[in-house]
Amino acid sequence: MNLTLRVWRQAGPTAPGRFETYEANGVSEDSSFLEMLDGVNEELVAAGEEPIEFMHDCREGICGTCGMMINGQAHGPQALTTACQLHMRTFSDGDEIVVEPWRAAGFPIVKDLVVDRAAFDRIIEAGGYVSVETGSAQDANLIPVPKESADLAMDAAACIGCGACVAACPNGAAQLFTSAKLMHLNSLPQGQPERSERTVAMVEVMEEHFGSCTNYGECEAACPKGISIDFIAAMNRDHRRALVRNRRSA
Amino acid sequence: MTVLDAKIPDGPIESKWDDHRFAMRLVSPANKRKFSVIVVGTGLAGASAAATMGELGYQVKAFTFHDSARRAHSIAAQGGINAAKNYHGDGDSIYRLFYDTVKGGDFRSREANVYRLAQVSNNIIDQCVAQGVPFAREYGGLLDNRSFGGAQVSRTFYARGQTGQQLLLGAYQALAAQVKKRTVELHTKTELLDIVVVDGRAVGIVTRNLHTGEIRSHAADAVVLATGGYSNVYFLSTNAMACNTSAIWRAHRKGAMFANPSFTQIHPTAIPTSDEFQSKLTLMSESLRNDGRIWVPKDLDEQRAVADIPEEDRDYFLERRYPAFGNLAPRDISSRAAKERVDAGYGVGPMKNGVYLDFSEAIGRLGRDVIAEKYGNLFEMYERITGENPYDVPMRIYPAPHYTMGGLWVDYELQTTIPGLFAIGEANFSDHGANRLGASALMQGLADGYFVLPATIGNYLAPMLGKPKVDTTAPEFAEAERAVQEQNDRFLRNNGTKSVDHYHRELGRIVWDHCGMERTREGLEKALSEIPTLRAEFEANVRVPGSADTLNSSLEKAGRVADFFELAELMCRDALVREESCGAHFRAEYQTEDGEALRNDADYAHVSAWEWSGDSANPTEHREQLEYESVQFATRSYK
Repeated sequence: MNLTLRVWRQAGPTAPGRFETYEANGVSEDSSFLEMLDGVNEELVAAGEEPIEFMHDCREGICGTCGMMINGQAHGPQALTTACQLHMRTFSDGDEIVVEPWRAAGFPIVKDLVVDRAAFDRIIEAGGYVSVETGSAQDANLIPVPKESADLAMDAAACIGCGACVAACPNGAAQLFTSAKLMHLNSLPQGQPERSERTVAMVEVMEEHFGSCTNYGECEAACPKGISIDFIAAMNRDHRRALVRNRRSA
Repeated sequence: MTVLDAKIPDGPIESKWDDHRFAMRLVSPANKRKFSVIVVGTGLAGASAAATMGELGYQVKAFTFHDSARRAHSIAAQGGINAAKNYHGDGDSIYRLFYDTVKGGDFRSREANVYRLAQVSNNIIDQCVAQGVPFAREYGGLLDNRSFGGAQVSRTFYARGQTGQQLLLGAYQALAAQVKKRTVELHTKTELLDIVVVDGRAVGIVTRNLHTGEIRSHAADAVVLATGGYSNVYFLSTNAMACNTSAIWRAHRKGAMFANPSFTQIHPTAIPTSDEFQSKLTLMSESLRNDGRIWVPKDLDEQRAVADIPEEDRDYFLERRYPAFGNLAPRDISSRAAKERVDAGYGVGPMKNGVYLDFSEAIGRLGRDVIAEKYGNLFEMYERITGENPYDVPMRIYPAPHYTMGGLWVDYELQTTIPGLFAIGEANFSDHGANRLGASALMQGLADGYFVLPATIGNYLAPMLGKPKVDTTAPEFAEAERAVQEQNDRFLRNNGTKSVDHYHRELGRIVWDHCGMERTREGLEKALSEIPTLRAEFEANVRVPGSADTLNSSLEKAGRVADFFELAELMCRDALVREESCGAHFRAEYQTEDGEALRNDADYAHVSAWEWSGDSANPTEHREQLEYESVQFATRSYK
């Protein structure tokens, strides 16, 4: 199939950006979206031009590296699918496709379609872990975990940290990411001792870097891993409870 | 040729590790902060090592070329992690896990290392559960297990189809806790370009910031490489796009010996290629072989739709050839059996390049819901890639490069032949012999990172207490910086006509054809004549646009592919001198009458460790003889 691409090109973090138009011809419908971009880049290099820089690595939808706005949608039109797993059979011959980087204040642009998502790491560093030094753990089966709790924790832990939730949110908020990370640990017995401290610290850092949640729900629709917006409600509940507890102990 | 000493402790195999831990020198808690350690790579091995050494009190500097420490390719492991817990009382034990791993590796791994791996496997599960890794559980709240290839017990712990991601998140979170405590200084988007050796010891590294292009030196008392494997030498593999050999290859060029480079694992269950534009191959977890049955039609000219082919016209070739293990035969054996059928013309799919992995029997027996619970996300992934629904139509699979058992040679303490340089995880060679069993890569990465290296590194550092330190003003750092800058400038000035990917793809084709699932003297010699020619063309004609002072993925790839060229030569040479078949190394000249690998223990029960001579055509081979005290050599049989 033959396609026309309008791609955001930006030389560096402070350089002005612009859309460039490229023709992608003879694209196989079995190719992934990123393989289609590879083909465009091959031609650009052959012509002595700089290829389009984009984020990608595992190309099997699990590392969370890839991400771009495709026709205004984070990771493109197919639900529950990262850009690397989006295949060209989703598109039709003659389509025009607009490709942009994640657009969010919390994710500054590095170059072309590449953004800096370091703020996510800052949220984890604030408390997204269980403090257990190597070698200090007891036998694994001494901590029974009800299957429902384990499944709930797993649902939350499935987040791949790609940032589609932030990119899709009109406010550039990171509630879905942060709540998934929090509720993974807060749902488990192992996560209880640090539950309040963790919740307050992670929410605080989240608010330093990202916008506020006003319940648009775009994040859930864009999430390639189907993380539920229910986790945001659970996070808010935990946060409220932690603040009350802190006030009591103060 | 010299004979290498792995420094394996004396005594019975069960107590070697305990005895050695007692015998090693210690660095006291107050003195640990006087030592700095560089860890390159933040996958399972690197993140767990950096976090643990941070907890112990060392000053750790961790480096990753990803934008976050959570993205390394360990994340893609689907199926699970082995441990000898015997929670199900089905006869498992440390000794059995050890024995299965030595046998699975076709008696080409180091016995003492493998035993230690099996011992600490149980500690890994304890540690990960305490961190909150959401392993699958039974209704009583206890941990669930499943079976994997090469084993007749259920010892594999799993977290849906994303065990790798969950274990990596555990290690990454432990690392994040140390970053917050400032015991670990984390450098993201920073790629190692060289190792610096002063007076025979590794004292630091030179890196490039991939966003700004800044070249910088970092000094430390020891350097740990946890930079993964080199399957991307084949261009098409199940590895992530950025996986490369450069860190271990550049260490090799600085004096670290490279062991068994030709031992590369071809995984039996990946999705077959669909066209020439393909950039990578996607793995379907081996766990699918628990319930999926592998077959091809019996008739070469089969024209019927899959569902219309009756049982008696299907050839379940693994069940036929290996009745005891059936569809759970080890990876090397399953891969070769699939290749044999496809080469004979029985392949399925539009390009006749796959075999069926069929769930209809399991769906009938267990119900669609049970299968969805176990493998739902893998089925969805398959459908996204191929457009076919595996609940209705069997999957099509074919072997793909997946893991490299070879790597830097390390002794029992995981130290390379350069003092002060350690290699852990897939970057070293030690535990899997000529073939790795499923669910053992995660185990080895975490064993090395959480439990082995943090203990052994003290034995190297302890005698250095109070001795003068080397810093980045040493001329060797400036020299290394100059060399990497020069290489980058050379690529950018080249003004050729073809992209880096073009040459990578061509190189991959040569290595796959001649040093892939089946090797012959003739093919390897052909590859050894073709690779240098292609490399010369690459050097003369590659085009790398852009500049060095910004994000430039072409420039990153150019350096990596240059190293793949040299490695590819060494792989072929290693495969050529090993005149036997063992595990994943199948030399067509050495096979039994029914097509199984014909090992030669009298002449080849050794590790080949190659020393860089300055000329890729003339490396020097050294050997480590493999002594088996606890197990006896046996012909592997999965029949």
